[in-house]
Amino acid sequence: MAKYSDLEYLRLSKGQRFSYKLGQFFSSILPGIGNLFKRLGRGIAGVFGKFLGGIADIGRTFKNGDAKTKASFLVMGFGSIARGQILRGILFLLFEIVFIFYMATAGVKWLAMLPSLGKVGPTKEYNAVLDTYVTTYHDNSFKILLYGVLTIFFIIAFIYTWRVNVRQNKISQEMLENGIRLRSGKDDLRSLVDESFYKTLLALPLTGILVFTVLPLVFMVLVAFTNYDGANDGYFSGLFHWVGLDNFNQVLSWGSGSTVYSATFGEVLTWTLIWAFFATFSNYFLGMFVAMMINKKGIRFKKGWRTILVLTIAIPQFISLLYVSKMFAKDGIVNGTLLSWGWIKEALPFWTDPTWARVTVILINIWIGIPYLMLIATGILMNIPADLYESAKIDGASGWKQFSKITLPYMLFITGPYLLTSFTGNMNNFNVIYLLTGGNPINAAASSAAGQVGHTDLLITWLFKITTGTDSKYYMASVVGILIFVILAIITLIVYNVLPSVKNEEDFQ
Amino acid sequence: MSKQSDYDPSVMKKHMGMQAKTRASNTVIYIVLIIISIIWLAPFVFIVLQSFRVENTHMVGYIVPQQWGFDNYVKLAQTDFFRWYANTFIAAVCTALLQTIIVLCMSYTLSRFRFKMRRGLMKFMLILGLFPGMLTMIILYRVLKDLGMTQANAVPGLILVYIASSGMGYYVSKGFFDTVPKTLDEAARVDGATRAQVLWKIILPMAKPIVIYTVLTAFMGPWGDFIFARYISMNASAGMNVAVGLYSWLTADQINQRFTMFCAGGVLVAIPVTILFMCLQKYYVEGVTGGAVKG
Repeated sequence: MAKYSDLEYLRLSKGQRFSYKLGQFFSSILPGIGNLFKRLGRGIAGVFGKFLGGIADIGRTFKNGDAKTKASFLVMGFGSIARGQILRGILFLLFEIVFIFYMATAGVKWLAMLPSLGKVGPTKEYNAVLDTYVTTYHDNSFKILLYGVLTIFFIIAFIYTWRVNVRQNKISQEMLENGIRLRSGKDDLRSLVDESFYKTLLALPLTGILVFTVLPLVFMVLVAFTNYDGANDGYFSGLFHWVGLDNFNQVLSWGSGSTVYSATFGEVLTWTLIWAFFATFSNYFLGMFVAMMINKKGIRFKKGWRTILVLTIAIPQFISLLYVSKMFAKDGIVNGTLLSWGWIKEALPFWTDPTWARVTVILINIWIGIPYLMLIATGILMNIPADLYESAKIDGASGWKQFSKITLPYMLFITGPYLLTSFTGNMNNFNVIYLLTGGNPINAAASSAAGQVGHTDLLITWLFKITTGTDSKYYMASVVGILIFVILAIITLIVYNVLPSVKNEEDFQ
Repeated sequence: MSKQSDYDPSVMKKHMGMQAKTRASNTVIYIVLIIISIIWLAPFVFIVLQSFRVENTHMVGYIVPQQWGFDNYVKLAQTDFFRWYANTFIAAVCTALLQTIIVLCMSYTLSRFRFKMRRGLMKFMLILGLFPGMLTMIILYRVLKDLGMTQANAVPGLILVYIASSGMGYYVSKGFFDTVPKTLDEAARVDGATRAQVLWKIILPMAKPIVIYTVLTAFMGPWGDFIFARYISMNASAGMNVAVGLYSWLTADQINQRFTMFCAGGVLVAIPVTILFMCLQKYYVEGVTGGAVKG
């Protein structure tokens, strides 16, 4: 698409300008994606290069190393202890001992079972004494997978520590050769509250994230490649095993087979995107509008209006959403009032008709969302320099012109990243959908897919329903979860690569 | 918050022609604002009114009770409601305390220190955040079950789940720390303070608004949590929080006996949380606007 210079652009009519801008936006997506892959490629090449460099460095360290360094290749921490850095040395050594002990007693066993996820499931045998069938449990696929993943994590940690140990030796050896004093254990401890204070601060949060997010996510991603569900829970009801890409096949149906899941997935995804679009932008513009009304010169009780709206943020969502959901029920207050006024003859199908339900959740979400947006917009509107409006007024700009030429661009520029997080947040807006409709009305066409999908179900509520549903098809939940991740990642990457407003964080400091 | 009014008579006189127009548009705005206020407040007024309704425990099509009384509140005592209440309160207090510590550690570090893995770490957490957290509850449930922290004993398990990954929510407070001038740290370092002393003696006292914001949001979280609380308590009433417990009263088989009690319970939950929130509103607004502007 041809690019106009500023002068040429100014000559265009309004409609031409609009189509030009639209064209520019869409034509920038492709190069943006291209750039992204280039950067990705460079990143991978960089990591690979570093890896090769690391191996070369290890080789050099061994060649140039003295006896202490060489011994440390086998006995971690030997060099450190021998050079007087007792504390570091002992920590290295302890880690190695623990690692070897763990691998010998358990790690190897779990790793060996990982490819099969267990061979012997629970067996039922007749017991003559008790005169009943007694179940004996054997392998536990769940534990095998969990401890298998843990063991792999542990091995990676060991390799990393070993690498640190080698580098330490190299550095210490060079420092001693140049006559520089090594840091003592006391120095090391002191540095933990000083220049390495970040290590102390990060230890707890990162451990939490590793144990409660990273490890479970790795486990759950792997579950997508198994047949782990209620009927094959890995121990009590039966073993589960690897099934490769079968589950993805079902949802994306690139192979032959039934299209139940792929059709359902397509429907739910479409609604999720529609919902996220309307939920984000309706709140955004209406919230901004309300904020502008409250902030307008001459309007009194500004604080009072704001407080009323903020009140709705304070009350826990489950109370307000559940109550509002019941207000719109067939026998709820809304229908009751309308009926008694004689405005309608029979109850309106707020939650029973698919289209009604979809529109109603979007409308109620406005009720939930406007207060937040009002707060955000108020903060930003107050920061717009007042002289911009003054000069616009002198030039005779109308209220609408001021809005479209000053307020809106300013808001959009500042809240660009917020709009993105808000869009992705709405795609995963579990509370509003689940508490209002529970995903209902039920989608009869999708009844053979797990989780009893309804017409207002988002991907995230579908995931929840699959997990808690009767069959507990965990593997399907996992596939849906991974697909949510992929979709969010694609949206995020495109937006971040196309939008120019990704700011340099150092600018703020 | 701005001044109550920017109304300035001397300016208005200069624009006599515009005065009538302004007044007309202001009147329209007042009407719209009043309608908005009614729409926003109505459900809460309704819920309070319904909680005092003595006749009929099921949903009705009218708003003002015919017979008033505290029956629904009294009946709450015969259920597990106050157990749920205590569960939620304990979880909320512990979460508020521990989560604040973790979030502050994380955000301060990412704002102030420049270490090798910093950017990588932030990107990694951004990517992690794109996974639906709900996915992990399947495995967490089984692990917590092995540790005896599910069903009736769900509260410690819940606290663990709430706080463990809270480090990922560092954005807002990092944004705050980014605005505290680095020269403050450097001046103290020149005077011989360690990094730990800088944090304790200089930054933390200044960070009061963001600390309060973090405590407030962390405290509010468990009151509204539904997903994990429901899955981890797994139908065991003794381990539920208020959200899960009250939700169970609105299922098809219970709603006709429990609807007005749900309203009463909702009022009891909302009152303390709302009062706390309104008192600390200022800090919440600062946090929300700051966070959105930083993205």
